Amino acid sequence: MKKFVKRFRRKKGKSKTDRRGAAATVPLTQSQEWELAESRPGIKFGHLVVGSALDLGQRRENNEDALLSFSGSIGSSSGSQPFGIYMIADGMGGHRNGELASETAVRAMSTYLVGKLYKPLFGPEPQPANESLREIMEAAVLVAQKAVRKAAPGGGCTMTAAMVLGSQLIIAHMGDSRAYAITRDGRIEALTKDHSLVKRLQELGQLTEEEAANHPQKSVLYRALGQGENIQADIFTSNMPNPGSLLICSDGLWGQVDKDEIARIVNSVANPDLACEQLVEAANAAGGPDNISVILVRLVN
Amino acid sequence: MRVPLFAPICPEGYNPLHSVLCAQAAFFRQELPLSEDQSSRNLDFKEAKYTQLKKGDFLLDRYEVQEIVGMGGMGAVYRAQDKNFKAIRLVAVKEMISQATDPLVRRNIFEIFEREANILATLRHPAIPRIYDYFTIGERAYLVLEFIHGKNLEQLLVEAQGFFPEEQILSWAVELCDVLDYLHAHKPEPIIFRDVKPSNIMNTVQNHITLVDFGIAKVFESGQKNTMVGTQGYSPPDQYRGEATPRVDIYALGATLHHLLTLRDPQLEAPFSFGERMIRAINPNVSNEFAAVVERSLEYKAEDRYASTAEMKEALINVARKTGTLLHLSIPSAQATAHGANAKPLWTFECEDELRGSPNFHDGSLYIGCYDNNLYALDASSGQFKWKYATDGGIPGRPAIFDGNVYFGSEDKRLHVVSTRSGKVAWTHYTDGPVRSSPSIAEGHVFIGSDDGYLHAVNINGGRLSWRAEAGSPVRSTAFVSNEYVFFGSEAGDFTCVDFRGDPRWRFRAKRAVTSSPIVADGVVYFGSMDSTLYALDANSGWVVWRFRLGKGSISTPAIKDNLVYTGAADKIIYCVDTKTAKEMWRYTTDHQVTGSPLIHRNGVYCGSVDGNLYCLDAATGRMKWRFQTGGPITGTPIAHEDMIFIGSTDKKVYAFLA
Repeated sequence: MKKFVKRFRRKKGKSKTDRRGAAATVPLTQSQEWELAESRPGIKFGHLVVGSALDLGQRRENNEDALLSFSGSIGSSSGSQPFGIYMIADGMGGHRNGELASETAVRAMSTYLVGKLYKPLFGPEPQPANESLREIMEAAVLVAQKAVRKAAPGGGCTMTAAMVLGSQLIIAHMGDSRAYAITRDGRIEALTKDHSLVKRLQELGQLTEEEAANHPQKSVLYRALGQGENIQADIFTSNMPNPGSLLICSDGLWGQVDKDEIARIVNSVANPDLACEQLVEAANAAGGPDNISVILVRLVN
Repeated sequence: MRVPLFAPICPEGYNPLHSVLCAQAAFFRQELPLSEDQSSRNLDFKEAKYTQLKKGDFLLDRYEVQEIVGMGGMGAVYRAQDKNFKAIRLVAVKEMISQATDPLVRRNIFEIFEREANILATLRHPAIPRIYDYFTIGERAYLVLEFIHGKNLEQLLVEAQGFFPEEQILSWAVELCDVLDYLHAHKPEPIIFRDVKPSNIMNTVQNHITLVDFGIAKVFESGQKNTMVGTQGYSPPDQYRGEATPRVDIYALGATLHHLLTLRDPQLEAPFSFGERMIRAINPNVSNEFAAVVERSLEYKAEDRYASTAEMKEALINVARKTGTLLHLSIPSAQATAHGANAKPLWTFECEDELRGSPNFHDGSLYIGCYDNNLYALDASSGQFKWKYATDGGIPGRPAIFDGNVYFGSEDKRLHVVSTRSGKVAWTHYTDGPVRSSPSIAEGHVFIGSDDGYLHAVNINGGRLSWRAEAGSPVRSTAFVSNEYVFFGSEAGDFTCVDFRGDPRWRFRAKRAVTSSPIVADGVVYFGSMDSTLYALDANSGWVVWRFRLGKGSISTPAIKDNLVYTGAADKIIYCVDTKTAKEMWRYTTDHQVTGSPLIHRNGVYCGSVDGNLYCLDAATGRMKWRFQTGGPITGTPIAHEDMIFIGSTDKKVYAFLA
């Protein structure tokens, strides 16, 4: 009861800011925007604020990246449950196979994941699925693998897929797209490890970071969806950065923009769509040699 | 032919003519029979590039250098902290600097480095440091190893004020034989250490020995002549002929023991002259028997020495038996390490019946329930009896202590609350079935499950029942209270999350009983089930995040530290699983079911087994540090307070150990 009263009071206090924000003809200050974005008045209701961007870049004429962003929340007397599925695939292979592979992978994987989550989330009895989230992710990767091999033989793609359920984050990862956790105080940490030859050589101390960045074969992957019989995706669980952001991007972004700069942009722009746009601009300003795709997810309480 | 990886230097007087030796020498020093031009380039290279790492330097963004702890012929050894772990985890980082300019030679060296690291990675013995990682950065290769706290025997020799006690050297000798025997028995090829000497043997703070510097340990290809390595004074004549057999290590071990017993450094004496320095002529305190064993291992002809380290160990144990030192001597084996001195109980206390439950510690006292129906309060430092309180049934759980009272359930169907000071009853609460779970206290309430099929929430001021949540079957799992929610399992396999009003929030159904008690970390609730699964569920929604398959059912309560979850199961195994990837990190197999729960204290996992042992395992590696055999199965969970570990056993005794 006490807690409820506290929240109730806080709601009143906040609504002033809200009104001023809504009626103002001048743009909101940064801090006002963050306040709006981060602390929603009312009862505790977690939800996800998401932005995304997809860009050809400066030198490519076709788009081999594919992305999917799907979010929702269920709030009721039994509490709230934000959920979301986010993924980026970056295609490779000649002719149209690269584009085909990434699009097929994203579609197959999201169809499977949404199908698995549909009943538990939207069914009349909100019962958790029989399988664990990890098992669902593992199966989804296999489904995507099959689909890619069928639709785009010889083609392949990276896959970095994140499923968010409440504060849980499950990631499946192959290739060199990346997921980052970015905290509000500016720390940025790569959650995924690139499956690229150059990165491996760098880890083994055979290449310096500078040599790796300029290596002619820097996009050679040793693991990718659609490539090889036995695929092994990295699948792991984590917590949604809170407060903070989850960023998924293709190498079109991280190959061009320094990670601290990425963190700076993410933390300086409250609106996630605008933040994604600015990230794309930064990659293009640095030359934009590749397709650029970005998804930015924030968990708001 | 293999080239040893970390051979410090070629033996003095040995002239490297051999091409492989050149590669080796190139790696460790600059004596290269190369063209003048190349030699001078090497020198420049060294002067220009070689700098030691400093305190605070990072390797791979992960290992933070704290200080240099040693210098070898080819680089430094650093003590570093592994920043991947939140807890302080010290590692030894060995740096090896390649001075070779020829890319082919360099590549060869790095290949050898990798092969050696891989051999080390397969070794598991309490007296061999674990390897955690290896990598190369430019011309430097790094090995990340377990950090051994202690001093090497050379340091001890330098500091020695007089002769070491014979039984001390005898116990080191037995441990050294054991680890060498483990290496010699390595499959497919035996490993010959080839450089046994005091500076390569660490004496740990627990007074065990550890072999360090595996540089020249070599997988022995039978019949093949090998590159000479070793240290003058400790190496036998056959090693100078390039032979590497178990008898080479036996000689070097004998030389080391001779040095320890006589304090005469063989490096300062003529080679192979031990026969002129009989042990008892220098140190008459040494028994005839021990001196004879050491002297036989130092025979000039290899075939006159012991045939194997196992044979030598046997001889040493016989010495210990004869001289009476066996009583103080711990005899290790490859599977089971020495019972360290610290595995002797500090005190024991005997009750009148089995102790199946777990102790709790509070303010200098230990509280434990017994199947003689009493709750005992003991002085934790001495084991002295303070008071006991009688119920009408066995006490299976772990008491909880709060605000001057101790709370516990009994099979007499009651929750009892008694004063910690006097043992006088404050109040009791009746349920309709035996109480086999342990109480949890939060928000002014005590939560306790009963075989009557309910979780009871009882107000701690006076014992009024606030609510009870129906589980449908006995609740023997201990509730976990976190962020306004209460989690518990039931014997029918239901796992329930209720709020502070007792209203269900979500429910998960396992295939069999959930007797294991849940634990919540980072928004995930972990528990085991008799359906042979360790579950990780989202605490907020009950979604299964992952499942980990155990060999058999589990009633053990998981323990968590540093993203690792530990649990036991009826398949005799103590498991360590990564919470992020759901991958097994290590397992340790005991001799019977593990029904008790692990306790993580400092870097150790303490866990009892129905085989009667309390085990202390290294939390990071699963390597056994010590164990203690009690007189009956252990089904409870230990508790730690600072340097002490407490456990009860069904042999009716309460034990206290040094952690």
